[in-house]
Amino acid sequence: MNSLYYQKRLSRNIGDKFFTSLSVICALIAILPLIFLVTYILIKGGSQITPELFTLEPNPPGDDLDAGGINPALIGTLIITTIASIIAIPVGVGGGIYLAEYSKGGAFSRFIRFGVNVLAGVPSIIAGVFIYALIVSTKILFGSMYSGLAGGMALSILMLPTVIKTTDEGLKLVPNELRYASLGVGASMYTTILKVTLPSAFRSIATGVVLGIARAAGETAPLIFTALFSYYYITGFGDLFYEMGSLAVLIYNFALEPYDAQNKLAWAASFILVLSILSVNIFSRILAAFTEKTKRV
Amino acid sequence: MEEKLTLFKNRKRFGIEKNIDIIFKNTALVLSSFVAIILLGIILVVFFQSFESFSKYGLKFLVTSEWNPVKDEYGAFTAIYGTLVTSFLSLLITIPLGVGTAIFITEDFVPKIVREIIGSFVELLAAIPSVVLGLWAIFVMEPFFRAFFVFLHNFFGWIPLFSTEPTGRNSLLAILILVVMLLPIVTSIARDSLNQVPKKLRNAAYGIGASRWKTIFSVILPAALSGIMAGVLLALGRAMGETMAVTMIIGNSNAFSWSLLSPGYTISSMLANQFGEADGSQVSSLFYAAFVLMILSLVVNIFAQWLVKKFSLKY
Repeated sequence: MNSLYYQKRLSRNIGDKFFTSLSVICALIAILPLIFLVTYILIKGGSQITPELFTLEPNPPGDDLDAGGINPALIGTLIITTIASIIAIPVGVGGGIYLAEYSKGGAFSRFIRFGVNVLAGVPSIIAGVFIYALIVSTKILFGSMYSGLAGGMALSILMLPTVIKTTDEGLKLVPNELRYASLGVGASMYTTILKVTLPSAFRSIATGVVLGIARAAGETAPLIFTALFSYYYITGFGDLFYEMGSLAVLIYNFALEPYDAQNKLAWAASFILVLSILSVNIFSRILAAFTEKTKRV
Repeated sequence: MEEKLTLFKNRKRFGIEKNIDIIFKNTALVLSSFVAIILLGIILVVFFQSFESFSKYGLKFLVTSEWNPVKDEYGAFTAIYGTLVTSFLSLLITIPLGVGTAIFITEDFVPKIVREIIGSFVELLAAIPSVVLGLWAIFVMEPFFRAFFVFLHNFFGWIPLFSTEPTGRNSLLAILILVVMLLPIVTSIARDSLNQVPKKLRNAAYGIGASRWKTIFSVILPAALSGIMAGVLLALGRAMGETMAVTMIIGNSNAFSWSLLSPGYTISSMLANQFGEADGSQVSSLFYAAFVLMILSLVVNIFAQWLVKKFSLKY
């Protein structure tokens, strides 16, 4: 009779309670520092934000109390990320189109898909080392060594796997009936892809690509010896071929300076970087949730 | 008859459109092969650049820890050891925490909305740039843990792992910041694989009288194991290649020490530190170290992919 009721003392029930509290503790240990981290960055960085920050050049580190602003780094990050996108998006979308629309699951496409996964796992600093050997040390870009262009190329290597993967997976979600219908009314393959399949997969591809860009914007390792750093305003097109600052490298350089003014600049830059990356992430997640039940992978 | 013929003619595709179709297909083919070209390019370029150092030091490079640009003697043992120790120890802390958190957010201990918020919050954290984590580690984590490290040294100093006096940045801090970076990866992948375990299995276990945790340990976790393992391997690859946060907090010293409380080195932090101003055979030695790092992460990655393919869920 008693056995029908929940018995606290039973060893299985005690064990269950124990493991439940253990998993709660795990979750707390995992989540609390993360919450602390985000709030700290936002508060500490947010308190350093001033209007001059966005317009001034950073002063060279020294006993100078006024650190200046981060304008060149901000613009530099935008330029370098744009260069990376210009390279990675066409190549990645084109490659994804081939994998999803043309390949028939043969050895070549399996090899490429495998390569995409491997490339996604290559440490980001290796991309920097590669571009250094290929472009910086050979001065192949019109004799310039460290340049924003080289930095953008290094970042594009990191973006490429993400773009290919999201295009491939986004296109695979498009129902085959749409393709049959389009081909059935006499459209050619490329018209079908450009006018039917790509537009209907556009949302999921765009979300993935935007997330990839946001990730690349925060990458530092590939830039420290390709784009290097610069204290000066970016004035024209020619500056692409010279050292270029970026928010990420600014944080790295100024965090290691012994001066308080520079450290504060690093916090301000992290605030801007984290806030923009997080808002892009949250925004695209909401967008993805509102559209269909696209399966994230 | 005439009419039919023109209709037929009009239906024919123009030659130019056919050509566009072929060009389009081949462009896509070429673009997709870029991945392979870049991958091979990276391997070949790094290998050939390291050739000078490779032929000079051979495999001795991997086991000696002398790194002396003045005497032109190079050995990367300290950095390789640091890479392996920091990544494995951080993983050792991350796995129980991450899997525990994943279980917490896949079971129904708290309302679904709370679990979803926790889940997406953890995923958002994966998006925070590592350089920002490094900044946080320098100014918040290091002062916070200082007293704890002194305590560790005073009471456990007889263990070689804690044998040095803690002075500022050290390997243990690098391990802790790696834990913060890896937690989101392990948690979200473990959560996905736990969610993929069919409900039938759980109900069957409950039906024959298994308790909740008996079900988790004997049914759910084994079923999700391959996915979790793959996630762990991905995290391992990430930990080995992680550069910025580690470089900023590990102290960057090439003096070999067993102690986690002394400054250390990893391959990636060595690259980040020295690549900019290296010349001569130091560059080649750095490429050699980069090659070692690449091989390590390639092996881990390929093994992870093989694992996913071999043991993916078959329900």
